[in-house]
Amino acid sequence: MAEPRPVLEMTGIVKEFPGVRALSGVDFRLFPGEIHALMGENGAGKSTLIKVLTGVYSLDGGTVTLDGKSVHIGSPLQAQQAGISTVYQEVNLCPNLSVAENIFIGREPTRGGRIQWKRMRKEAAELVDRLGLDIDVTAPLSSYPLAVQQLVAIVRSVGTGDSDGEGSGTKVLVLDEPTSSLDRDEVLELFRLMRRLRDEGVAILFVSHFLDQIYEICDRMTVLRNGTLVGEHMVRDLDQVGLIELMIGKALDQLEELHEHQLRSDVGETLLEAEGLGRAGGIAPFDLEIKKGEVIGLAGLLGSGRTELARLLFGADQPDSGKVTIGGKQVSMSAPNDAIGAGVAFCSENRKTEGLVPDLTVRENIILALQAARGWTRPIPAAQRDELVAKYIKALDIRPANPEARVGQLSGGNQQKVLLARWLITQPQLLILDEPTRGIDIGAKAEIQKLVVSLSEDGMAVLYIAAELEEVLRLSHTIGVLRDRKLVARLTNGPEITTSKILETIASGEHQ
Amino acid sequence: MSTPSVATTSRWRALTHHNLFWPVAVLIALLLVNVPFTPDFFAIKMTDGHLYGSLVSIVLFGSPLILVAVGMTLVIATGGIDLSVGAVVAITGALTCSYISDQADQNALAGVFLAMGIGLVAAVVCGLWNGFLVARMGIQPIIATLIIMVAGRGVAQLITDGQIITINSEPYKLIGGGYWLTLPFSIFVVAAVVAVTVALTRRTALGLLVESVGGNAEASRLVGIRSRRIKIMVYMFCALCAGIAGLMISSNTSAADGNNAGLWIELDAILAVVIGGTSLLGGRFSIGGTVVGALVIQTLTTTIYTIGVPTQTNLVFKAVVVIIVCLLQSPKFRAKVFGANGPKGLRRAAAPAPATPAADAAPKMEVSR
Amino acid sequence: MSATTKTPTVPEGRTASQASAVTRLLGDRRLPVLVTAALFLAMYITGLSRYQNYGFAEPQVFLNLFIDNGYLLVAAVGATFVILSGGIDLSVGSLIGFTTMFTAWLVERQGLPLLLVIPLALAVGAFGGFLMGYVIHNFEIQPFIVTLAGLFLFRGLCLVISKESISISDSTVSSMAQTRVSLGLGELSIGAIVALVVLAAAFYILHYTRFGRRVYAVGGNEQSALLMGLPLGGTKIAVYTMSGFCSALAGLLFMLYIQSGDPLHAVGMELDAIAAVVIGGTLLTGGSGYVLGTLFGVLVLGLIKSIIQFEGTLSSWWTKIATGVLLCAFILIQRAMTARKQT
Repeated sequence: MAEPRPVLEMTGIVKEFPGVRALSGVDFRLFPGEIHALMGENGAGKSTLIKVLTGVYSLDGGTVTLDGKSVHIGSPLQAQQAGISTVYQEVNLCPNLSVAENIFIGREPTRGGRIQWKRMRKEAAELVDRLGLDIDVTAPLSSYPLAVQQLVAIVRSVGTGDSDGEGSGTKVLVLDEPTSSLDRDEVLELFRLMRRLRDEGVAILFVSHFLDQIYEICDRMTVLRNGTLVGEHMVRDLDQVGLIELMIGKALDQLEELHEHQLRSDVGETLLEAEGLGRAGGIAPFDLEIKKGEVIGLAGLLGSGRTELARLLFGADQPDSGKVTIGGKQVSMSAPNDAIGAGVAFCSENRKTEGLVPDLTVRENIILALQAARGWTRPIPAAQRDELVAKYIKALDIRPANPEARVGQLSGGNQQKVLLARWLITQPQLLILDEPTRGIDIGAKAEIQKLVVSLSEDGMAVLYIAAELEEVLRLSHTIGVLRDRKLVARLTNGPEITTSKILETIASGEHQ
Repeated sequence: MSTPSVATTSRWRALTHHNLFWPVAVLIALLLVNVPFTPDFFAIKMTDGHLYGSLVSIVLFGSPLILVAVGMTLVIATGGIDLSVGAVVAITGALTCSYISDQADQNALAGVFLAMGIGLVAAVVCGLWNGFLVARMGIQPIIATLIIMVAGRGVAQLITDGQIITINSEPYKLIGGGYWLTLPFSIFVVAAVVAVTVALTRRTALGLLVESVGGNAEASRLVGIRSRRIKIMVYMFCALCAGIAGLMISSNTSAADGNNAGLWIELDAILAVVIGGTSLLGGRFSIGGTVVGALVIQTLTTTIYTIGVPTQTNLVFKAVVVIIVCLLQSPKFRAKVFGANGPKGLRRAAAPAPATPAADAAPKMEVSR
Repeated sequence: MSATTKTPTVPEGRTASQASAVTRLLGDRRLPVLVTAALFLAMYITGLSRYQNYGFAEPQVFLNLFIDNGYLLVAAVGATFVILSGGIDLSVGSLIGFTTMFTAWLVERQGLPLLLVIPLALAVGAFGGFLMGYVIHNFEIQPFIVTLAGLFLFRGLCLVISKESISISDSTVSSMAQTRVSLGLGELSIGAIVALVVLAAAFYILHYTRFGRRVYAVGGNEQSALLMGLPLGGTKIAVYTMSGFCSALAGLLFMLYIQSGDPLHAVGMELDAIAAVVIGGTLLTGGSGYVLGTLFGVLVLGLIKSIIQFEGTLSSWWTKIATGVLLCAFILIQRAMTARKQT
């Protein structure tokens, strides 16, 4: 179906950050009139590639060819002018202005410096019409739901070339996770627009975490892993299991010592029970039971609802439905305080924005949760505090072992340990770890995994989220499988459970 | 050129890296500027059992500002700001003086204490209102405190009936104009308030929680800090400090002037906090730094007076100081002017700035191998 | 360009045509302006009924609102630009005071002709605003602090010029100040007419030029404005330059109105200007509001002053209290409006 010459060709793209090679020689092609999926897990280099394409990052090697001509894309504006438009998950428009203005701002039709409102509205209405949308262009953007705002963003990006008389206008449209917070009808509406644009010859690069959507709308896909290209396939030629295998790969396991570990079979009585807990736009209502001393691993792709599930159990987001019982008592879960009071602890995957206070010292960050629980009037006595902090710095081998060091200056692994220490000194009953091993070195990774095992042996329940299935499989008694914002299966770990079994469950979306 | 020994270098580094180094250095420099013009600038004389001297008067005249700035420090540390303190100063002074002036015996201790109590309660109520708007209603601090800033002076004039109420009360005069143990009494008041504040923030966990809320609000919510309560408390405390400053100012002049008492003190206080090294973005705060910052401002005023520059240029100097301090705190300015390597003293502050983009980029790159 | 047929397959409840009328009324950005206009009318009618025997019904009483508040209107129009862009300008009052001093000094002490002094004063004000905007944008320092420095600087410069007030006896000034333009029902001063011209110009700029729309865009979402390829820095700097210019012009009008320069003129007038803008329905967070609302805000503040004068027994400080109460009410209304939008 593809035309002979790609509209966009990226060859040997290299992008490096201090200490990390985010993209090493990636090739990427995009043909006119196709919808192309870019797939990959955390760290695959997806977002880096998109940022290189849209001019947010400058590339360290490789070439970009657009319409057969080699181009240099130095800024988002240059990308737009070259005919590459991007619509992000967060709508980058001005909600306070009308739809027509949002489509035209910066290039409003003027005569003698005076904006021709009538002409602008008319042209906006025509553009919207042409794309088969029913939107009142005079209404403020904020009066529309996010889904429609996203459509408007697409209309703006498509209309960019028109008034400048640059012929075809947008050649490449990048849609970066536009569907994350849309409901089914809204997604269909978006797809309709995408197909329409495709039929007009626009090349669309589509990123989504929802596998079903990829298979529904895309023609071809490119899969990245660890900054390299692992495959370019027609969607119809690659089934879901194959795709997931490509994305996750068979990660070489360097954590030999943990292989010896036998999971303890006897877990304790029920600690937490969630019934019908859910949040619109976050995760569909689910039931979950967690026992004392049990490690529950959550397996699923990025964006499958792993984090959303964890946040509901901690009260970080307010649920729309369902109830949570901890230790036989119902907990309201309207704020983190409720969960903390019931003995739940949560280490966010975003250490910097949701975990640490970078200006404070290691000591202060470690005692923060305990101190918050005690209230400001009852400071932890200095001697006891120093002893606790010293104990955990030693136990977790936090480096530098200086309680006065500013947390912002520590390495990722040590920051993660500080976060763990913060919650461990509160002696929680349930510890929720959201990607605790992401972005940290292999040694720290092994230490954290060993810690999880020993904590569970001491009777603590752990909810463990990790991108790598091996990691989940190794540690968990029970594995919750998520797909497309739903908890689709709950597998009891045993000899018959393998990574490919989990992969199949993710791919099929049901327990087999 | 001789190379200094390693030991001295590191000691010098430790000294310059202390967070109070620059404020104190500026203060000392300002004080020294006076010496050529007033050779006995540092002299302190004993007259009638009272100590007199430029240093004493700097602290004496700077007292209200120190008080207001100390309260302001905590508000700024939570990421807020309080524009209403000047109006609160006026309201407290007006209420207290009008109550005292209604007394038959203005020297009666009970009456004076009651009057002060009324004034301070009013101040705390103002703080509660500000805190309520900021923490409960979620209104931006600048906007929320603007209300009392605008209306407060009207209320103060309403209380004094538009007049300047003069009183004649010996006990009340003590707070702002009296002497005790050879020193101005207000110095003791300031010392007490500063000591209480330091104790309140560093002996309890309040300081830690305030810094946490200002340093990372979302992380604070996720560790279960009740930031609303803390914010309300901090605004109330700030208003209380402003109230005490209001007592001091009205006591010093034995009069309540609803229109001019505490005029622009909020701006001076914010300036003092910034000079003292507390970032306007919130987080880490330093009460000591704020006290030094307030003294710098007062010394600047005194210096302009003693070196014979017309006093009216005071405000121009202040503007220049604000701009310099803010520019030096701006990472963008440092990057543009000094490049990657700042001048000696600024290197410490500049160092984290270039480091941050790299550190921030790391998690976004989603490294997992 | 071929497909022009409309295919209304948009799901129900997602289109504006189906959005409920109530939601649209409540979400209408013109609502606060209407509320302010209604408030003004209600106050005016109350005034009519209460003081009809004291000449309140004279058209000139209404026109005097413009004569007595022309300078405030000009300053508030400048502040409207800044606040619409999401910033704040605290230097307004000081810049007004400085302009009165500066012009009085040049005209009286230096003997320069007024026609030369006026453009000079305007240029100084605009340059001051430009400098503040430049620092705010290029060094990313909060507008609050930068304009606070401006407040200190211009007030200080007032005092540097002279500690005493300078009364103006220049004949051009006094003849200009006394000139009245008859409207049939009453008359307006030059200051009032200039203020109305500024208002009209501001309305045109905000609604019919690309720059004006950029001001709204920047105030609505700075990040988005940048990503949409709008010149963020230029817009912000221009907005503060505009505010500086308006403040200087307001200073000139104030000088005409009072016929003197005084280092303590217009102390705290930035608060009146900001209050007028907020009462006029402009969101302090930026991006929403109308310069026409600012007119009503100024008129409401002016009417409060007039009513207090007519009342006779009420003292001037009630103006401040009433302003504060109105400010509070409008901030809470704004909060309620934005809160509903977020949900």
